[in-house]
Amino acid sequence: MKKSKQKFGNFKKSFGQLNKLVIALSGLVGVGLIVSIFLLMNPSLPLFVGPDTEESGAVAVADQSEGVENGIHVATGFIDAPGMMITIQNCTSCHSSKLVIQNRMNAERWVKTIRWMQETQNLWDLGENEKIIVAYLVANYPPKKVGRRSNLEVTDWYELE
Amino acid sequence: MERRKFISKSTLAILATSLGSEIVFGANLPEELKLLGLQDPDPYALFKKNKGLRILSDKPWNMEPLAHHLDEEVTSNPFIFVRNNGLVPTKIDPTTWTLTIDGESVKQIKTYSLAELKSKFEHYSYQLVIECGGNGRAEFDPPTKGNQWDIGAVYCAKWTGVRLKDVLNDVGVKPNAVYIGYHAADVHLSGDLKKEPISRGIPIAKAMQEETLLAFQMNDQDIPFVHGHPLRLVAGGYPASVSGKWLQKISVRDRVHDGEKMGGDSYRIPCTPVGPGEEVKDADMCIIESMPVKSLITYPKSGGIISKGKKLTIRGHAWAGELEVSKMEYSIDFGMTWKSGVLRKPSNRLAWQHFSAIIDFPKIGYYEVWAKATDSEGKSQPMIVPGWNPKGYLNNACHRIAIKVS
Repeated sequence: MKKSKQKFGNFKKSFGQLNKLVIALSGLVGVGLIVSIFLLMNPSLPLFVGPDTEESGAVAVADQSEGVENGIHVATGFIDAPGMMITIQNCTSCHSSKLVIQNRMNAERWVKTIRWMQETQNLWDLGENEKIIVAYLVANYPPKKVGRRSNLEVTDWYELE
Repeated sequence: MERRKFISKSTLAILATSLGSEIVFGANLPEELKLLGLQDPDPYALFKKNKGLRILSDKPWNMEPLAHHLDEEVTSNPFIFVRNNGLVPTKIDPTTWTLTIDGESVKQIKTYSLAELKSKFEHYSYQLVIECGGNGRAEFDPPTKGNQWDIGAVYCAKWTGVRLKDVLNDVGVKPNAVYIGYHAADVHLSGDLKKEPISRGIPIAKAMQEETLLAFQMNDQDIPFVHGHPLRLVAGGYPASVSGKWLQKISVRDRVHDGEKMGGDSYRIPCTPVGPGEEVKDADMCIIESMPVKSLITYPKSGGIISKGKKLTIRGHAWAGELEVSKMEYSIDFGMTWKSGVLRKPSNRLAWQHFSAIIDFPKIGYYEVWAKATDSEGKSQPMIVPGWNPKGYLNNACHRIAIKVS
């Protein structure tokens, strides 16, 4: 939050740095909304708040500090760990975070999935962020051994009539 | 004005998710994004679904019922799983809706209005099993990519429409026809209007079956919009993905249809069995056609406690793709012994069949009731998860419920 507030001060002075600042403001929802509406209504403005700038890492901190409960990011359900915000920014534009969270893969298969999305689903080049995202996914969503058949799980036993 | 509408509708989405990424998204995508606006609200209210369904994904929408939700003989909308590859279309007008038949193997290209289809061709109704190819995916090891369906991505509803074969015969199909492929109104997740989220199809022989319908009603009412209103291709017994929703065009092909999700690992399995986790070359993958034999115990719900001496009646459904189920058995001793249940005939070909059994437990303790169906060719359900494949399709392992006798 501290970082965001400093950035807010800069924003007033320098409209030219809008690109980077839009991201930094994401913690301040009200202001952010006005900016986003403004931007959406003026598509000619430079909008490339590149997800690969260092600034996007800064947003992560701001947003994270607000929306995490019991280690889970409330808005997305992602496990709060290094690389989460970059993952959110790059992986939830087209599809639900739930689609990521449901899946369990090793590094090779997460990369393969990213390639498939780049080849067929219009996913952009992730640049340096790819390493961060894959590391986050492998650390938090690795394959789980389930064997050929698991025990049945019953959470609520109930009396049959 | 359109833009303003989009903004107001997506306000919540912007609040709910990372603001930065939403702006990136908004900047690069067309006006049609406003479609998303409608997909923000409570999916249970929007799609008229039972609150017990699990939400697997909210973009695209994927929802799954539990086994006991599927107890009805003919499944009603609240309990029908939701499966989308793309975004649900929101601009649907049945009065202007058309279906075009084209492709290399038609004698002419022809377009029908919905009204014409309904008035020109005879109507038929069938109960048809629609099961997602990936139903049961959650059990594969190593885990496979995609929505992690448990056992609920299946249902049997009553569909009413005209026969696809009647329409194809009206258009005229050349003898070199091999396959039909569908094209529909849903929107690619990226918002790219040049891309189709899914465009699958069926062999021409399946297209010409009497039960393959161009349906406009489900359970005697207009098809719910999330299930394909106003027109849906319905081909029971095959993976649900061949039953294209929001149907706008059918191409009669002189080759195997090559639309989106017809190639790669999508709805395909290794032509010869592979070990768990093995890489499979594209050329060695074969398209899934008829679904395998399977069954579900829909009553009682797993976790029931019954007093000693009381008999337990179980019931459920069994189905076998293009085939009929010929035998239904259950075990209460982890597969050591099996007893037969009562199995009814299907109400029509490709409908699921209902079974029941009365179980007498010998003593108190923890039991699992396992159900096993056998098809008309003698194939039955495996007790453990069957052969691994890259996308985790066709898990037809025995359904199990837990029961305690006290």
